[in-house]
Amino acid sequence: MPVPILKQSHYLIATIQSALTDADLLALRDKLVGKVGTLRSKGVIVDVTALDVLDSFASRTVRDLAYMIRLRGAETVIVGIQPEVAFAMVQLGITLEDVPTALDLEEGLAYLDRKTHHGKRAL
Amino acid sequence: MKIAKEQSPDTQSIASSSTAELLRQLVAHLRQNRTDLREEWARRITQAKLLTAMSNEEIFAEATSVYDNYVEALETGTLEALQAYSRNLSERIIPRGVQTDEVVGIVLLLRDVLARSLFAKYQTDFNLLNRILDAYEPAANRIANTVAVGFVQERERIIRQQQDAIRELSTPVLQVRERLLILPIIGVMDPQRARQLTEQLLRGIRANRARVVVIDITGVAAIDSHVANHLVQTVEASRLLGATVIVTGLSPEIAQTLVNIGVDLGKMNTVGDLQGGIEEAERLLGYKVVPLTETAPQS
Repeated sequence: MPVPILKQSHYLIATIQSALTDADLLALRDKLVGKVGTLRSKGVIVDVTALDVLDSFASRTVRDLAYMIRLRGAETVIVGIQPEVAFAMVQLGITLEDVPTALDLEEGLAYLDRKTHHGKRAL
Repeated sequence: MKIAKEQSPDTQSIASSSTAELLRQLVAHLRQNRTDLREEWARRITQAKLLTAMSNEEIFAEATSVYDNYVEALETGTLEALQAYSRNLSERIIPRGVQTDEVVGIVLLLRDVLARSLFAKYQTDFNLLNRILDAYEPAANRIANTVAVGFVQERERIIRQQQDAIRELSTPVLQVRERLLILPIIGVMDPQRARQLTEQLLRGIRANRARVVVIDITGVAAIDSHVANHLVQTVEASRLLGATVIVTGLSPEIAQTLVNIGVDLGKMNTVGDLQGGIEEAERLLGYKVVPLTETAPQS
């Protein structure tokens, strides 16, 4: 099932709504990295609220996605990791190092505002 | 053999009778001498300085009930009533600080007192005494066992209950400001508690939409590698939820332990004490605490 990507002013928002196959994940990655360039976006939010598991492949893909988007000149933030998922991830040694995370969409937008100086909100 | 032949017809019939018959005779004897034996027992308890937490009257009252239950258990051969009684007794005396050795001691004393009285009664007939003791000893040992086990079980139940209570009390997640949580940890950290703590914290972060969490471990005396790793995991899991963790109050001992076991503290944000931690958290959240005297002239 493909993931819809919404454009919201300078940001792109991808909300994952169901468990994804590895192919879906790679497709999402490629689509996002492409769109960041074509739409001149400053930030990307990947919302994983609906996921109740984030395995090693998904984590690695998300991390690669963040690195690639950084190289394309935009910021990425992962939002909505569930407490149980977070705990399971650290126990597996998956810590998404260097990838910014936030509690939910709102926090993610606030983070991007701060990072890209588009918003006026101070931390 | 000759001695046996010279026995009176009365004792001879007893000698050939069953264990049950012997026990019945035994019980009759114990009932008959109830007052004397009970007093003797209570006297020996006091003499042995057992049950010092209780007064003499209390000891005598308890001794009476234990004695009656004991004789009844001997008579019926069932231990349920005695089990229930020993549980009940344990419940009453444990809060007063009665020790396991005391409880075992008094039951063994009762066994000895009763055995002595049997020696005295059957001293003329060694064979019969032997048979009486054959019937008495297993029953008496079973009773002693039951009472001791009952006491220990009751104690373990209380310990479990208290552990649960402590566990529930011990992990408050407190919000001190919008988006700022503190988690004071006090007492011993075992793996189970560490895990529970992490779960509560992660749930708290979500429920309060926290952005900064201060974990204060001033009250933790020692930490092992397992718990230290768990702490690091907690910090990382919190970060995945978008919250920054500040750890405060690491004692010199804990700091040394963490360095010695090589826990990677690079990812951990540590501040000396809770005050410093909260100040740092406020700085991260963009708060500035200003004394009223500085703001008053402007208003």
